Amino acid sequence: MDLFEYQAKELFAEYGVLIQRGRVASTAAEAESIAAEFAASGKPQVVIKAQVKTGGRGKAGGVKLAGSPAEARAKAEAILGMDIKGHTVHSVLVAEDIDIAEEYYLSFLIDRAERTFLAMCSVEGGVEIEEVARTKPEALARIPVDPLTGVDGVTALQIVRAGGLPEYAQAGAAELAERLWAVFTDEDATLAEVNPLVYTGDGRVLALDAKVTLDDNAAFRQDWAAFTDTTAVDPLEARARAKHLNYVKLDGAVGIIGNGAGLVMSTLDVVAYAGEDFGGVRPANFLDIGGGASAEVMANGLDIVLSDPDVRSVLVNVFGGITACDAVANGIVSAMALLAERGDQVTHPIVVRLDGNKAAEGRAILDEAALPVVQQVATMDNAARRAAELAAAAANGV
Amino acid sequence: MAIFLTADSRIIVQGITGSEGRKHGARMIAARSAVVGGTNPRKAGQAVELAGQQVPVFGTVAEAMAQTGADTSVVFVPESGTKTAVIEAIDAAIPLVIVITEGVPVHDTAEFWAYACATGNRTRIVGPNCPGVASPGKSNAGIIPADITSEGRIGLVSKSGTLTYQMMYELRDIGFSTAVGIGGDPIIGTTHIDCLRAFEDDPETDAIVMIGEIGGDAEERAAAFIERSISKPVVAYVAGFTAPEGKTMGHAGAIISGSAGTAQAKKEALEKVGVRVGRTPSETARIVRDVMRG
Repeated sequence: MDLFEYQAKELFAEYGVLIQRGRVASTAAEAESIAAEFAASGKPQVVIKAQVKTGGRGKAGGVKLAGSPAEARAKAEAILGMDIKGHTVHSVLVAEDIDIAEEYYLSFLIDRAERTFLAMCSVEGGVEIEEVARTKPEALARIPVDPLTGVDGVTALQIVRAGGLPEYAQAGAAELAERLWAVFTDEDATLAEVNPLVYTGDGRVLALDAKVTLDDNAAFRQDWAAFTDTTAVDPLEARARAKHLNYVKLDGAVGIIGNGAGLVMSTLDVVAYAGEDFGGVRPANFLDIGGGASAEVMANGLDIVLSDPDVRSVLVNVFGGITACDAVANGIVSAMALLAERGDQVTHPIVVRLDGNKAAEGRAILDEAALPVVQQVATMDNAARRAAELAAAAANGV
Repeated sequence: MAIFLTADSRIIVQGITGSEGRKHGARMIAARSAVVGGTNPRKAGQAVELAGQQVPVFGTVAEAMAQTGADTSVVFVPESGTKTAVIEAIDAAIPLVIVITEGVPVHDTAEFWAYACATGNRTRIVGPNCPGVASPGKSNAGIIPADITSEGRIGLVSKSGTLTYQMMYELRDIGFSTAVGIGGDPIIGTTHIDCLRAFEDDPETDAIVMIGEIGGDAEERAAAFIERSISKPVVAYVAGFTAPEGKTMGHAGAIISGSAGTAQAKKEALEKVGVRVGRTPSETARIVRDVMRG
């Protein structure tokens, strides 16, 4: 889960990481009143920053200076509702303007290749770090961090020195690094990034921006309720999440249900390949009903997929390992009954391919039920082809 | 001979009294694996009946090893206790620990991996979030169904459980020496490269199938390793060509960031070193057939 800048900064503040102060506003009027408070404390100049979970907002015009509360209101007005790389701006951070002398870079992240943690630090900040890595790799220090010993004052100082930070900024940056490490570990983050880390005109080192990604697997031991982002979540994804289903909305017309992340990803690919022959039909979603899926899970899954107005056909692709295909078949039958009871007439064709554990029993259950919309196809390739063909036919009104 | 898991492997189940531990412990026994015990510190001294067999429960991995000669542990304990369970297995210096549990926080995995390294890598860790290791006809440790394939001379290494099953099923007439599900998490113990190396050295393996998916650069690194060190034919499949950027596709590790981690990049890296890459699981199986026919 990615956090907004303002949420990441709230976390930073809890851990004593020095930040650019500010408050979040979701209307222009709120932005004006926050700016008025800054003005009353002798800081009339503020920065209005779009809160979106993507980079490049500065270039997109999502960050503006304002010299007065009225100007803050006008700038916020302009930024709210903007579209930045497909992300709508629902809130802005109204922050104090900082007298920036120098800009650096600092982050902690997972190093998948080395199977450990990594600190990255550079005297070149404020630009995309991928750009620095490509054009001036020697300017970006990558220091492995042992998960067993972590980062203390000594290693923090090593990190900022390796990044080439000037002597006068080292003590402040090291203190910030040590606290940022506490954010990274105690909050189960997979990324804690400060870009830029700034050295101010009055000699302080602080986080001007903040980016944090949290490990969803750690949700069971963390209290992240405040970070739930209702604005960005697709309504179908939200519904699926409430039912504990692993669903990602995509933009095609073939609804996909399968078991196991790898098989479902593969099913999306096979449908897209097959769809090339039918005018570019594509998968409508990713939905993994998981191992050992019950009839109820299957019913919930079908309900979600069929609620997507873009769906023209559905492909259920199950290889029963732990999952028993008879349970999957029963799930399809009960989902149909459930939807009919609710008055939702299912008219889209549902192509089903069952193999593996109890496949013969599952196929027999579907044959027996003789549901008019359900067709069984023997192999994954042929089932994908059939589902793509049916979606194309439905889209063309055939 | 197979790799990692052989007919001589003696298996214990950590978390044997839980519902997953019992269910899969019984399935392993039904597949004629030597399940010699299990652990649960609160139920030491008891026994559980699995598939008609009385399996003793020990308090610790060390005790189970001492009493039974176990050399392999399969971990089913819930995600909140996984780190402690794996560290216990490492402390006991058991040669192989297979972590089936999914949803383990990556900080916990990083910690137990670092701990294994710091204590001299005496324990091979497979997983977490993996289906386990199966050497058909010899032994089965984990949740890979035992009846979908047969014994043979293909080695398989995969990030994905169900894709492993799909591939084992498609090639069931040719059969497998060992299938290793390494798991789809961002940090895992045993990697594609570790398995490639072991299959290269295994006289009972003639060809290797490698199944990857989006995220990270494990497949690219495997490609570089294949070029340097693998003489046996390798056939690969990569899932996730249609995955959008920035969305996690089921597995915690399956996410594309910028241009990194795409299926296309992985395919190209593998093809560049002479690995044949199938577009679909069935095409991959056809290529393996060609290769096995010579």
